[in-house]
Amino acid sequence: MRLKRGLSLAQYLATVFAILRKDLAVEWRSRQLLAAMLIFTLLVILIFNFALELDARVRSEVSAGVLWATFAFAGTLGLNRSMAVEKEGKALDGLLLAPVDRSAVYFGKAFANLFFMLVVAVLILPMYAILYNVNLWHSGFLLVVLLGSWGYSAIGTLLATMAIQARSRELLLPVLLFPLLIPVFVTAVRASSFFLQGLELTYIWPSLNLLIAYGLIMPALGYMFFDFIVEE
Amino acid sequence: MASETVSKKPSFLAALNYLSLALMLAATWMVFFYAPREAVMGEVQRVFYFHVSAGWVGMVAFIAAAVAGIIYLVRPDKKWDVFSVAAVEIGLVYSLVNIVTGSIWARPTWNTWWTWDPRLVTASVMELTFLAYLLLRQSIEDPERRARFGAIYSILGSLTVPLTYMSIRIWRTIHPVVIGSGDPGAKGNFAMTQPMVFTLLFSLLAFTVFGVTLLWHRVRLGWLTERVEQLRLKVMGM
Repeated sequence: MRLKRGLSLAQYLATVFAILRKDLAVEWRSRQLLAAMLIFTLLVILIFNFALELDARVRSEVSAGVLWATFAFAGTLGLNRSMAVEKEGKALDGLLLAPVDRSAVYFGKAFANLFFMLVVAVLILPMYAILYNVNLWHSGFLLVVLLGSWGYSAIGTLLATMAIQARSRELLLPVLLFPLLIPVFVTAVRASSFFLQGLELTYIWPSLNLLIAYGLIMPALGYMFFDFIVEE
Repeated sequence: MASETVSKKPSFLAALNYLSLALMLAATWMVFFYAPREAVMGEVQRVFYFHVSAGWVGMVAFIAAAVAGIIYLVRPDKKWDVFSVAAVEIGLVYSLVNIVTGSIWARPTWNTWWTWDPRLVTASVMELTFLAYLLLRQSIEDPERRARFGAIYSILGSLTVPLTYMSIRIWRTIHPVVIGSGDPGAKGNFAMTQPMVFTLLFSLLAFTVFGVTLLWHRVRLGWLTERVEQLRLKVMGM
C-alpha cells in the first residue's frame, strides 16, 4: 500500500508509533497531565456524589452517566494539554517540518490521547466500584469504554489542534467539542448502562454499531482534515 | 475582488425583496384563512406550516454552508468563505424559528414546552454546533486561517443535519412524522388534507425564496465588509 508522499505503510506506522512513544515519554517524565486528570476526575465524582445524592437506589441507574460525564470533562484537560505542549517552544513546527505524512502525526497524537484516557479509566473505574459498591467488571462495559474513548480522542485531537491555534485556546475546545461529541456520549452512556444492567446483547447491538461507526468516521475525517488544520 | 458587484444592488435582488414580501404575506394568509382547522389540535396546528418550512430552510442552509466549505478547501477563494458564514447565520435564525414554533405547538399538544425527545435533542445540538462555529470564527484573527477552520468545522457540523432529519425516523420519538410514516407512539400526528398539503407547499416556497433573498443580502454584506477591510489596509499601508 502506497500513501501520500510515497511512503510505505510500515514507515507510516513507524511514524505514528514514534509520535505516540514521544508523547508517552514526555508524560512519563513529568506525570503532570495524568496527575491532574486523575485528581480532577476524583473531584468531579465527588461533586456528582453530592449533586445527585448517589445513594444505593439511584447509583445503579446513573453510574454510566456519571462516569461518562466525568471522562468527558477530564478528557478536555488531556486534549488541551497534549496540544499546548506542542505549541510551547514551537514543537509542532518541528513535527511538521519532518518529511512524514502529517496525518501520521494526527494518529500518533490521537493514540496518545486515547492512552491517557484509558489510564485514567483503569485507575478510576476500580475506585468508583469500591466507593459506590457497584460491579463495573463487565467485559462489554469495558469494550464500550474503549470504543467511546477512541471516538472521543479521534475527534478531540482534531478539534484541539484547531482550538490551540485560536485566540481563546483552552476556552474554545469544550465549546467546539461537546456538540459533536453528543452522539458518541449518548450512545456510550446508553450502551454502558445496558451492559451494567445485564441486558441481552440484541438490545445493545444498535448502540455498539453506532459507537463503531463513530469510531471509524471521526478518524477518517481527522485523516482528511488534519493537513488543512496545521498548514501555515 | 468583485467591487462592481458590491457597489450597486442588482435589480433582480430588488425584485426578490418584493417577491419575498408578497409570498410571505400570502403564506400567512393561507395559514390562517385557507388551511382548514385541524379537528383534534385546533388552531395551534396552524404553526405546523411555518415550523416545517423554517426547519427545511435551516437544514438546507447548513448543508449549503458545508458544501461551500468543501469547495473552499479544494479551491481557496474568499467568496466561498463569505457564502459559508452567511449560510450558517441564515441557518441559525431559521432553526431557531423552527425550535421556537415547535415549542409553542408542543405546549398544548404535549403539555410541555420542552421534552428530551431525540428530535428536540438533535435539533438543539445542530443549533449549538453552528453557534460554536461562529465562536470559532470570532477567535481567529488571520482571515485565511479563519476561513479554513470555518470550512472544516462547518463540514464536521453538517453531520448533525442528517442526524436531525433522521432522528424521528429511526428512534422512538413522540415527535410526529407528517410526511412519511412515523413512530406509532408519536403524539400530535395527523393526516393532511388537500388544502393542508397545498398550504404547506406554498409555505415551503415562500420560506425558501425569503431565505435565498436574506442569504443574498448577507453575502453582499460579507463582500462589503471585505471591501472595507481591504480599503482600511490600503489606507493604513500608505
